[in-house]
Amino acid sequence: MSDDIAIFAAGLSRRFGTVCAVREVSLSVRRGEIFGLVGPDGAGKSTMMRMLAGVLPPDTGRIIIAGVDVVADPEAAKEKLSYMPQRFGLYEDLTVAENIFFYAEMFGVPRALRRRREGELLAAANLGAFRARLAGRLSGGMKQKLGLVCALIHTPEVLLLDEPTTGVDPVSRRDFWAILYGLRDSGVTTLLSTAYMDEAERCSRLALMGHGEIRRCDTPARLKQMMPGMMLAVSAADPRAVKAALEGAPGVLGLLLMGDRVHVRVDDAPRRLPCLQTWLAARGVSGADIAPIRPSIEDVFVALDTEPAS
Amino acid sequence: MSAILARGLTKKFGAFIAVNQLDLDIAPGEVVGFIGPNGAGKSTTIRLLCGLLRPSAGTASVAGFDIARQPEAVRAHIGYMSQKFSLYPDLTVRENLRFFAGLYRVPASEFETRSAFAIDMAGLAGREEALVRTLAGGWKQRLALGCAILHRPPVLFLDEPTSGVEPQARRRFWDLIQAQAADGVTILVSTHYMDEAEYCNRIALIDAGHLVAMGSPGTLRGRHLGGALFELEGTPLGAALAALRQMPGVIDATVFGDGLHVLLHDAQDAPALPEKLRAQNITATAPRPIMPSLEDVFVQLVSHRAASS
Repeated sequence: MSDDIAIFAAGLSRRFGTVCAVREVSLSVRRGEIFGLVGPDGAGKSTMMRMLAGVLPPDTGRIIIAGVDVVADPEAAKEKLSYMPQRFGLYEDLTVAENIFFYAEMFGVPRALRRRREGELLAAANLGAFRARLAGRLSGGMKQKLGLVCALIHTPEVLLLDEPTTGVDPVSRRDFWAILYGLRDSGVTTLLSTAYMDEAERCSRLALMGHGEIRRCDTPARLKQMMPGMMLAVSAADPRAVKAALEGAPGVLGLLLMGDRVHVRVDDAPRRLPCLQTWLAARGVSGADIAPIRPSIEDVFVALDTEPAS
Repeated sequence: MSAILARGLTKKFGAFIAVNQLDLDIAPGEVVGFIGPNGAGKSTTIRLLCGLLRPSAGTASVAGFDIARQPEAVRAHIGYMSQKFSLYPDLTVRENLRFFAGLYRVPASEFETRSAFAIDMAGLAGREEALVRTLAGGWKQRLALGCAILHRPPVLFLDEPTSGVEPQARRRFWDLIQAQAADGVTILVSTHYMDEAEYCNRIALIDAGHLVAMGSPGTLRGRHLGGALFELEGTPLGAALAALRQMPGVIDATVFGDGLHVLLHDAQDAPALPEKLRAQNITATAPRPIMPSLEDVFVQLVSHRAASS
């Protein structure tokens, strides 16, 4: 295996009773990637995370993280990685600084290094002013950022984050991502899971998960190219009427009513765009503005899910 | 007549002003997104509008009833659904419907018709006796919606309704919501997920208790960013980010995947960016104009307020 691979998993499976949570999953993540496991609740993301972190043994399969065999030696792997579960164990009746101190002790971070790391991480998380605040009195977004600070205090090579931004508002979410991009520049590899498709767009590579399996795995840009068809946005005064009029129009593969427009997936945008204008006018919808748009990862997910896998 | 009308609506908790002089005017059949960071005052406003909290100042009416003087009439005319809590997992589909029918005082003579509608809408025909905990997320969510509208409320409050469900199921859910709106039901959706906001006819952006902006997704994108947004790729990425942030005319720059999003005061400055970066030994692609996301708009509005206050 090349030194360049930070996370390697092959043939991972795990059952809970009769439910197969993860089925024969393989993936490899290069050093410095921000890799996203994307899928709805119940897709198997958390089970994957827990196995990769060495806290849940797989039924079958191999895992190597930063050169360490996680299944054979989970303790050794813990020095290389940091895992932030969905409910990260912050002590609500300790202050921000005391929580960090606790994790620094637990990970055996040398005292000399501790002060500097704490300062850098708190500044990056915009939490410097809150050192003395009780963790229980932080907002949801601040708690998640403090969890990340604690998870990073021992400078791991690999960071595993299970739905780190669930319940976090957009402003804190940007801070959170700025930290992840900063870590990437210093060579840290991040694997994170998310149920939010818009968040997935920020990753360098994605695995789309469903029912315990990886359906597709590629960069966001290439996943979008893989989507069968192209997307158009049709804006008009009455988007409901637009959607009704477009049902059954030639070349239309999918329709989605948004707040002030309709997203239309067509087989061939350059060919269909002029026809749709005529089609709408013939059905009493005038003045519609039709423009090609880039598909979202959610569009890709839905389109791939409705097509037979190749 | 407005379905939801608020004038100077204010709620104080001691010295803390959770909702500050809020004006809202929402027409029947509108789907309005209520967007804001944690602690912005979204939940407090919804609790006020549901008649669960008394305003400190101002007035509001929901479905024609005054929230302060007729809170019980308000509650009889609204439905409420939250992703976090709504159904009883250890009761069957039918038992949940019966429970909510009792709660909302649906007449016994109408229960069969209304629950049949809810079951059909949720796609649960034939699974009436299934325990709710055995249902997948999308079904649960549609059943929760069915329970919330059993008494045919003219106004519906949804609290982060689709977090964590499968994209297909989410789209099906929004089809149902749009169908309700087409029937004249007014829907207020509170969320901090911008992709849910895209489904709304209008969006009310709230921050620190204030209404910061209100308009259709297209209007907010077009008017409230305060600049023009571009995308480019730069190597090395970290250096490119730092250089752009220092550059005159650049309002903000953020990393996005393998590229950068750059917000410029003036779109005309865009073509010169690669040349300026090259002078600092950074290679960059030609900037391409991109459509800002609602999240871009939101972050700009909120940080602009934070900077000016």
